[in-house]
Amino acid sequence: MSDHEYTPKSKVGKWFNDRLPLLTLANHLTDYPTPKNLNYWWTFGGILTFCLITQIITGIVLGMHYVAHADLAFQSVEHIMRDVNYGWLIRYVHANGASMFFLAVYIHIFRSLYYGSYKSPREVIWIIGMLIYFLMMATAFMGYVLPWGQMSFWGATVITNLFSAIPLVGESITNWLWGGYSVDNPTLTRFFSLHYLFPFLILGLVVLHIWALHVPGNNNPIGIDIKKPSKDTVPFHPYIVIKDLFALLIFLLIFAFFVFFSPNILGHADNYIEANPLVTPAHIVPEWYLLPFYAILRSVPDKLLGVIAMFAAIFVLVILPWLDTSKVRSTVFRPIYKQFYWFLVADVLILGYVGAMPAEGLYLLIARVATAYYFAHFLIILPFLGLKEKTTPLPLSITEPILGGSPDMAMARNNSNYKEKL
Amino acid sequence: MSDSEKKKPNRRDFIVTATTAAGAVGVGAVVWPLVDQMNPDASVKALASTEVDISAVEPGQSITVLWRGKPVFIKRRTKEEIDSARAVDLSELKHPEKDEDRAKNPEWLVMLGVCTHLGCVPLTDKGDYGAWFCPCHGSHYDTSGRIRKGPAPTNMEVPKYEFVNSNTIKIG
Amino acid sequence: MRKLIKLSFFLILVSSLFFTKANAAGEQHDLLEVDWSFKSFFGKFDRASLQRGYQVYTEVCASCHSLKHLSYRNLAEKGGPEFTELEAKAIASNFEVTDGPNSDGEMFERPAKLSDKFVMPYANVQEAIAANGGAYPPDMSVLVKARKGGANYIYSVLMGYDEPPAGMELDDGVYYNKYMYGNKIKMSSPLDDDIVEYADGTKATVDQMAKDVTTFLQWTAEPHLETRHKLGFRVIIYLSVLTILVYFTMKKIWSRIETKV
Repeated sequence: MSDHEYTPKSKVGKWFNDRLPLLTLANHLTDYPTPKNLNYWWTFGGILTFCLITQIITGIVLGMHYVAHADLAFQSVEHIMRDVNYGWLIRYVHANGASMFFLAVYIHIFRSLYYGSYKSPREVIWIIGMLIYFLMMATAFMGYVLPWGQMSFWGATVITNLFSAIPLVGESITNWLWGGYSVDNPTLTRFFSLHYLFPFLILGLVVLHIWALHVPGNNNPIGIDIKKPSKDTVPFHPYIVIKDLFALLIFLLIFAFFVFFSPNILGHADNYIEANPLVTPAHIVPEWYLLPFYAILRSVPDKLLGVIAMFAAIFVLVILPWLDTSKVRSTVFRPIYKQFYWFLVADVLILGYVGAMPAEGLYLLIARVATAYYFAHFLIILPFLGLKEKTTPLPLSITEPILGGSPDMAMARNNSNYKEKL
Repeated sequence: MSDSEKKKPNRRDFIVTATTAAGAVGVGAVVWPLVDQMNPDASVKALASTEVDISAVEPGQSITVLWRGKPVFIKRRTKEEIDSARAVDLSELKHPEKDEDRAKNPEWLVMLGVCTHLGCVPLTDKGDYGAWFCPCHGSHYDTSGRIRKGPAPTNMEVPKYEFVNSNTIKIG
Repeated sequence: MRKLIKLSFFLILVSSLFFTKANAAGEQHDLLEVDWSFKSFFGKFDRASLQRGYQVYTEVCASCHSLKHLSYRNLAEKGGPEFTELEAKAIASNFEVTDGPNSDGEMFERPAKLSDKFVMPYANVQEAIAANGGAYPPDMSVLVKARKGGANYIYSVLMGYDEPPAGMELDDGVYYNKYMYGNKIKMSSPLDDDIVEYADGTKATVDQMAKDVTTFLQWTAEPHLETRHKLGFRVIIYLSVLTILVYFTMKKIWSRIETKV
């Protein structure tokens, strides 16, 4: 962080800051120069931080009343819903909060895809982000098991059985995961323990994510490098803080609508039936935010390859910075990529849709085509398009929307800027 | 800044103040459910009273029952114990209370079996007054459960109770 | 403008994802729709209907279906049937519960108190299955939330008993129901006109009883529904006001520089 040197005004402040530079940190955060042209898609970082904190606080509260035992879990959730003061509110916030968290994270990820925020020099931010996303999915999955309803139980059974696809050691691994020969009480208690732990790992990664962000600074909708601080930037506080707050409140209105007026619409009715190892529900469907991956899993006819495809779908995102060969970040200046971007969005939505449908007939065919396209997008289209595509001219700066000559020149300028910093 | 703007300088600040105030109210409102969830819940409150059958307790005997997670001593006192409790001059007491006020029905003494010093459970029929003695820090209580000697500041607490009939006490 | 079109396209896709999911199972008749009093944003329970519904539950359903997550005190709580405390105590005392051990170490029977959970018709699931020809009569505490379609589904199943269509074979103890998943149900039609006698003089038609008991079961599944609606309304109002205030504060702050937000 190449900030200007900061010295606290008060003597006590200086004394303390010399020993632990918290005030320097606070000053860095408030003064942090942010591109002034960030649009509302950039507010989701703040919204996500809010979601994480909300989940942690409501989760800690629920942990005070929840009992992690196969015989008592369902009952203790009902106890929270009926008897605990405001228990219903806290549980509904936590349950719908998970959905809102994923809604925000998908918007955040697709924003990054659109504006090329994953590209050099921000690859590490992106990779940490993908780690966070992966941990979020694991946390959400384990959290969904805790009420010990039918969907909890069978979801856990199906997902943990994925590991049985591993040759030779598959069965040993599933038995190790379960702590027995099926999903049962030992599985529940360990899931509870890890569900409590993971959010704090996520929190740590979020700190690294923001730290890594503050090294090169924010990308922006135009995607060009800008001087910081300059007339292209505004201090984070109050400009970005108030804008994030405004966006957060709009988000909260939607959140509140779900919590108070449709608290169960995002869940499954089956999860209000107590877990029963003898009866499988007619359709086992994961929560909506896992559906695209579920569709990929089911679209491959081989058990092991299906599991590999599903994890590959996430891994391909991790190596995305090196798959996209285009030097231009923002899709605004990439007319052909823009089409493919929207194809990808549609593809993921289609995968999500067929993930909720039975894996048969037309749905299965669609799932296969969509899965193939998903991988083709990242492994074929992106690498080749970046080399071939003729991009439109880039502006020289945010404040000068006048075109700065050919894209090559602007690119050269960007690169030289970057080298200067190195 | 033009003149017309100078005339109403408060309008702009007003919006910031109003926003901050409204935000603070909201934060306060959010904190309350998070605090209140730790208060006794509806199922706990429903168990706040308990009925005890005392028909089998002989004079001189005492029983201990659990009420709201704490021991309650129910002692059927003998004539001598009642007399000794009632004979005490209030001026001798650290925490003056008449035995008549502590035991409405003199035969029955009902009180929380929790030492008022630091919450230990006193032993029955022990100590200098042949009544209750707290082993933790040596507090002596008399046959009315009043503190007579030792560090405890007050007498053992008498909970709200009533005789449902001659054989049943409802505590709470 | 193009942005707006794109955004709305995106939102429609996302919402279609939410609301069409898992809409796949077999040939189902559309559920009967009732204009429930608890449905809207300001929805509340019809107190009299809840009390009648409780009566239908006790006199008809309770012989097979438990309500194990409820306590007798719930009957007197705000937002529910709101029986008086005395009435609820009287209801509870009709049931015997096992308590103990007493000072002799023995379990004993006593009349139920407000703090006791609803007494279950069967000691355990196995007994319930054995007594009902192999079909488990589900616990009804959260039944409305455990069925897709919620209150409308429960009402529809109660109203859905009919002659099986030609060519449909039914085993003994299996009944045709238009709205049940797979159209086969192991519970015979539980309601008949006037099988209960309402204290408030309401005529006990099948339709009336089905509505009342469904209302009652909606309450058992969501006992804090009224509070939720009331609080939700306040929260939405508050957030809207704060959003407007923050919007103007933001405009004011950003007016210091040229860029628009």
